[in-house]
Amino acid sequence: MSDYVKNIIRFILFIFFQVFILNEVPPLHQFIVPYIYFLFLLWLPFNINRFFLLIIAFAFGTTLDYFTGTGGLHAAPCVLIAYLRPFLLNLLIPQDTTENSYIEPSIKSMGWAPYSLYIVILTFIHHFLLVLIEWLQFGNFVYFIGKVTGTTAISLLLIFIAEMLFFRKGKFRTNAA
Amino acid sequence: MKNIFIFIQRNFTFLSFLLLEIACIVLLNNSSKTHQVFFTAASNEITGRVDKQYNNWRYYFSLKETNEQLVAENARLRNLLPVNFQAIDTTKKTILDSTLRDSLGKMRKYTVFPAKVIGNTVTLQANFLTLERGSTQGVKKGMAVISTDGIVGVVVSVSENNARVMSLLHRNSRVSAMLKKDNISGSIEWDGVDPKYLLLKNIPKSAKVAMGDSVLTSTYSANFPSHLLIGTVNSIVADPSSNFYTLKVKTATNFFSIQYVYLVENLRYAEQVAIEATPEKN
Repeated sequence: MSDYVKNIIRFILFIFFQVFILNEVPPLHQFIVPYIYFLFLLWLPFNINRFFLLIIAFAFGTTLDYFTGTGGLHAAPCVLIAYLRPFLLNLLIPQDTTENSYIEPSIKSMGWAPYSLYIVILTFIHHFLLVLIEWLQFGNFVYFIGKVTGTTAISLLLIFIAEMLFFRKGKFRTNAA
Repeated sequence: MKNIFIFIQRNFTFLSFLLLEIACIVLLNNSSKTHQVFFTAASNEITGRVDKQYNNWRYYFSLKETNEQLVAENARLRNLLPVNFQAIDTTKKTILDSTLRDSLGKMRKYTVFPAKVIGNTVTLQANFLTLERGSTQGVKKGMAVISTDGIVGVVVSVSENNARVMSLLHRNSRVSAMLKKDNISGSIEWDGVDPKYLLLKNIPKSAKVAMGDSVLTSTYSANFPSHLLIGTVNSIVADPSSNFYTLKVKTATNFFSIQYVYLVENLRYAEQVAIEATPEKN
């Protein structure tokens, strides 16, 4: 399957999973809102054009916003993590080996530690901005950080499960592709 | 020019990132009432703060005139003190005690608050004033604003500590007015030409208007108490194609040097507006 088709299917599946399953979960606790949709952006290929990446993130966030009726609320953090992603990847992976031989970020292509760091940092940033523009104030800062951390923890758990369920065999880039 | 293009080219990703984030904020602003209120209040608060600083400087230049106005107003108020009225001692003793006492608060219709003007424009097509008094201090949307000399405008938006007033010098401003002589009412508007002159429209040609006639607020207005001075007739234009005069009215208020105003709250405003907005069933 071509990368384009695969990512388009992922786009649709992530949106539907977030909107029709996770958003329907009754509130478990004030700190916990399950989010996983942004994993789509983290799984995009290494060598994607940076401008194109921003446009995809904006379109992705806006699509989710149309479903939830909160124009721009999810699009803003999506664009932010899409902007930060290339910098973080440059820091975390050995430049000339990984990027040239693997297509997209995964445990296999980056290794356990760098991949987890990559996921944790971007998840945290995403939730930080999301909660901030949802509330428009820090309010009680401990409560704010508690909410961000709680949401991040749940997202990480979901991402971990997703990684276990859909184990992506780190595909090598070949000349044929 | 070339440098600008090079700058854009070099920071293309960052600029597009900023652009998309701004697009998100705009979308959010359009879709959510909460966010809209937040952003409007925040920008009001900031512009209010800048206006206040600017006004602190400007204030000194018209201090003298403000003092004169205050003295004039004080004198007028002192003249109203009951001490000033004493019945002449004739064979019939008269006691002046007819001052209305509203001990239950049911008869009062208008309450007056003072407010300092911290921002004012007269040169635009849409002129606003900023007052240093906001919702915390009891200002509400729709309150009338008057000065010592005449009326000024209507409060259109309120933040915590500031209020924006749509001045009479705004192309959308409409105030119901009447001629003092025969109580014929029309509407006061502004054509955006000269901040010294307003237009009084819809006065029928049957009215006997003369130059120098006083124009007052009418009894129909929900915001303004009646019989407040708006200005004096400066010139009369008879439009041959209609039955109405267009009168040029010289404003009583001097909008160029306005420093203090009074906010007038009509305690029955909501009620009047509500009943006027109810559609008639017939």
